[in-house]
Amino acid sequence: MKRLRAALRRLVGMFSGGRREQEFNNEMEGHLQMHIDDKVRAGMTAEEARRDALRKLGGLEQTRQAYRERGTAPFFETLWQDLRFAARQLVKNPGFTITAVLMLSLGTAASVAIFAFVDAALLKPLPYEDPRTLVDVTESVAVFPHANLSYPDYLDWKKMNHSFRSLDVYTGAGYLLDTPSGVEPVPGLRVTDGFFHTLGVAPLLGRDFYSGEDLLSAPRTVILSYSAWQTRFGGRKDIVGQVVSLSGTPYTIVGVMPDSFEFAPRNNAEFWTTMHAGGSNSCDLRRSCHSLVGVARLKDGVSVAAALADTKAIAQQLERQYPDSNRGQGATVQTLTEAFVGDIRPILLLLLAGAGLLLLIACVNVASLLLVRSESRRREIVVRGALGASPLRLVRQFVTEGVLLVLGSTLLGLVCAVFASQALLRLIPKDMRLQMPYLRGLGLNFHAVCFALAIATLARAIFSLTPIVRLSFGEMREGLTEGSRGSAGVLWRKIGANLTVLELAIATVLLVGAGLLGKSFYRLLHVELNFQPDHLATLSVALPEKIYTKDEQIVAARRQLLNRIAALPGATSVATTSTLPVTYNGNTEWIRFVGREYNGEHNEVNERDVTANFFSTLKTKLIRGRFFNPDEDGTKPRVVIINQAFVKQYFSGQDPLGARIGDTTLSPKSIKEVVGVVDDLRESKLNEKTLPAVYYPADQSPDTEFNLVVRTTQDEKTLLPTLVSTIHQFDRGIGTSEESTMFRYINESETAYLHRSSAWLVGGFAALALLLGMIGLYGVIAYSVGQRTREIGVRMALGAQREMVQRMVLKEGGRLAALGIVVGLVCSLAATSLLRSMLFGVHSWDVGTLAGVALLLAAVALLASYVPARRAASINPVEALRAE
Amino acid sequence: MGEKADVWQGTLALMVLKTLESMGSLHGYGIARRIEQTSGDVLSLNYGTLYPALLKLEQEGAIVSEWGVSENNRKAKFYKLTRVGRKQIERETDNWEQTTAILSRFLRGTEDPA
Repeated sequence: MKRLRAALRRLVGMFSGGRREQEFNNEMEGHLQMHIDDKVRAGMTAEEARRDALRKLGGLEQTRQAYRERGTAPFFETLWQDLRFAARQLVKNPGFTITAVLMLSLGTAASVAIFAFVDAALLKPLPYEDPRTLVDVTESVAVFPHANLSYPDYLDWKKMNHSFRSLDVYTGAGYLLDTPSGVEPVPGLRVTDGFFHTLGVAPLLGRDFYSGEDLLSAPRTVILSYSAWQTRFGGRKDIVGQVVSLSGTPYTIVGVMPDSFEFAPRNNAEFWTTMHAGGSNSCDLRRSCHSLVGVARLKDGVSVAAALADTKAIAQQLERQYPDSNRGQGATVQTLTEAFVGDIRPILLLLLAGAGLLLLIACVNVASLLLVRSESRRREIVVRGALGASPLRLVRQFVTEGVLLVLGSTLLGLVCAVFASQALLRLIPKDMRLQMPYLRGLGLNFHAVCFALAIATLARAIFSLTPIVRLSFGEMREGLTEGSRGSAGVLWRKIGANLTVLELAIATVLLVGAGLLGKSFYRLLHVELNFQPDHLATLSVALPEKIYTKDEQIVAARRQLLNRIAALPGATSVATTSTLPVTYNGNTEWIRFVGREYNGEHNEVNERDVTANFFSTLKTKLIRGRFFNPDEDGTKPRVVIINQAFVKQYFSGQDPLGARIGDTTLSPKSIKEVVGVVDDLRESKLNEKTLPAVYYPADQSPDTEFNLVVRTTQDEKTLLPTLVSTIHQFDRGIGTSEESTMFRYINESETAYLHRSSAWLVGGFAALALLLGMIGLYGVIAYSVGQRTREIGVRMALGAQREMVQRMVLKEGGRLAALGIVVGLVCSLAATSLLRSMLFGVHSWDVGTLAGVALLLAAVALLASYVPARRAASINPVEALRAE
Repeated sequence: MGEKADVWQGTLALMVLKTLESMGSLHGYGIARRIEQTSGDVLSLNYGTLYPALLKLEQEGAIVSEWGVSENNRKAKFYKLTRVGRKQIERETDNWEQTTAILSRFLRGTEDPA
């Protein structure tokens, strides 16, 4: 306590040194005078008395020194002095300081901003109770490693497993909701009764679903999402117990989820209803109809691997039990985290690595700047050493300078990181952001600050060490002697040159990465679509099921609707499809060929219901046979069109026209005849493989939900509002949503976005790295020319030609650049093999990219060495010799 | 060296405090003179060492200082004991007595066999 108080007062004393000194002088003055007065009174002369007083005091200066040391904290006092001195030094060299701080804060900002995303997406646990024991459970088939579960399979898995404390399933559902602005299709989710309980989240208002509430016999209930409660029901507290009509069916609202609740795969769901399997949805009770995703909580001590083995065993048993429907149906169990963020992880890690490399280059650059500075401050240091500054004291000065530099850069970097991460966040399309609820709280949290501090510590260590390594103390004394600069220059050139090679190598790696990603993005956007994506407006349409109950009604309504739209000015052609192109592989069907042997394997093909002029609207080529006829409905013989991939897989060398296919049991109703073959119209996402596909006439299997595709002569976006109003004029009960264009699906799809953003970001890092590498190389060469001025002067005096001098300097730069590029290319080969999973249509050892990067770097290196080479060649030998 | 200085400083601090206890408020020179006189002029004090010791005591809150005028009209800084200081005297007196008692026992013990 006492000591603490004393220490505090000493610390405070540091800042009032001047006043204390003055007071002490006054006190001493009084002391000496009193002493002298006493002695004079005792008979001494004034002179003797004064000498006696000073002797008894033990020397005025020593006393003052002892007093001063007691008055302050010497360690902090020196630190304070060092800090002020360091600040003065940094201010004196604004060029150096600004460059160093900018480079460092740039590196810090980039890596902290990316880290914020990594932290939010990969490090922060999911917002559920004990998320480590939550798993995502699905089936798997040959073409889809994560295929959906069927409801009967789910029931069996739930009953037979020994690994899950609970297993629940969810599936997307769309409802038509009557709103003041008309009927709106709203997204929802159908879940089994224990869904929220399994996640370990409780409603904000009302209650969770009761056990058994998901059965068909139970009354229909719904839980609202927080945003639906707020926007659609005004946040009314008395909402629980009220009834809401979804697609014409009344549901009792039993609860409201909290604002913090999020469910990444379907975060836009507004209504959470119970399963009610076996109701209107004909898919539910079929074992072969896969539409569900499972989420389960593991029992204590059960690992994911054990749960997977358990589930696989059940799947095998079901395969034996139900060979018709379950052959080839495996199982997948992965952590829920993996299921939610698995796709984005490699990209984030890639970006973090890119930002880290940029930071490294920035550090190396600043370190070499510090080296140059320590070189030019050599004399100052030697003089201070000669005047008695201990090596430790000198080192402390450098460390302090490093700390100050890093501190400033880190603060600036953190501020920039906040802006950068917010800007990056805004760049993510809204639809995608919905799937990434974990980015909601993105910002400078505790983790990000710790990360920044870790970077700062590392940078500080590098910067403090660089000049220390440089300052080999044995040499210090030699520093005062003449001519020692030559050898020092050589030593420095070695370190500086190595740093430059490192810098160029890193820049190479980043450039190669960016080149590959850019190329892969280009390939992605230019992937063969086999249709013309321009001037296509798209819209999702849902007819109210309660009104349009019969197939004929749907067919008639759709035909009338299409006629009206076709008559709109600007519309040249209009069609519908059950699934829009370039969206995904899925909505598959198992088929079987009439007249061929069948062993129960699943011939899994994409299935689409399209209207007659779908292919002509999209301008997809007909390869063989014919398109559908406009009047091909349920009264006509059943027909099917297949794509080239289908022909390749199932009809190699045979004529598919006239062949007949059906479902796995070949039920008479399902038999259809192949009447046409179309080009491989891209149904899948851009980076996925084209699967065999079958197209059915939409009028032979009518559905109340379909997607409109309209080809226009004008800008397709301007047609969208007219489309919506035309449909509502026809029937205001029809729901429309997802007004978009085919270009948007291509350019703003998640795949395109991820490829584009990674290509741009890594490209940005690479460009900065290139710039920094260029500055670094320039610095090294320019400095070495400066050091060798005299040597060059001697050479020229002895008859060296200017071109020779220029070539000599260029050669030095070229050697460093070549070394850097070669090392960089070798490292890139290793680094980019990690990139492989993210590349599309490009090999990680793409020769063009590697060669392009090497050329670019060589050109930049030439440019960076050319300026100092010119300067070297223009040295006046007479002046150079005289200057020394 | 550190240990010796500590003992000396501790002793000096006690002497200063004790002096202030008996004299009330006093300036640095007065304290030095008083310590010498009390010791019967046996102790030769380096007056300079007194000032860091005073500063330390002040930092620890054992004494407070204020400017005043000395008996012979010189401007001087006067030191005064605080409550913390009085407690410190009690504590350190006890310590000192204990230490001297132990030491004298040792000194007697080495004499006995002779």
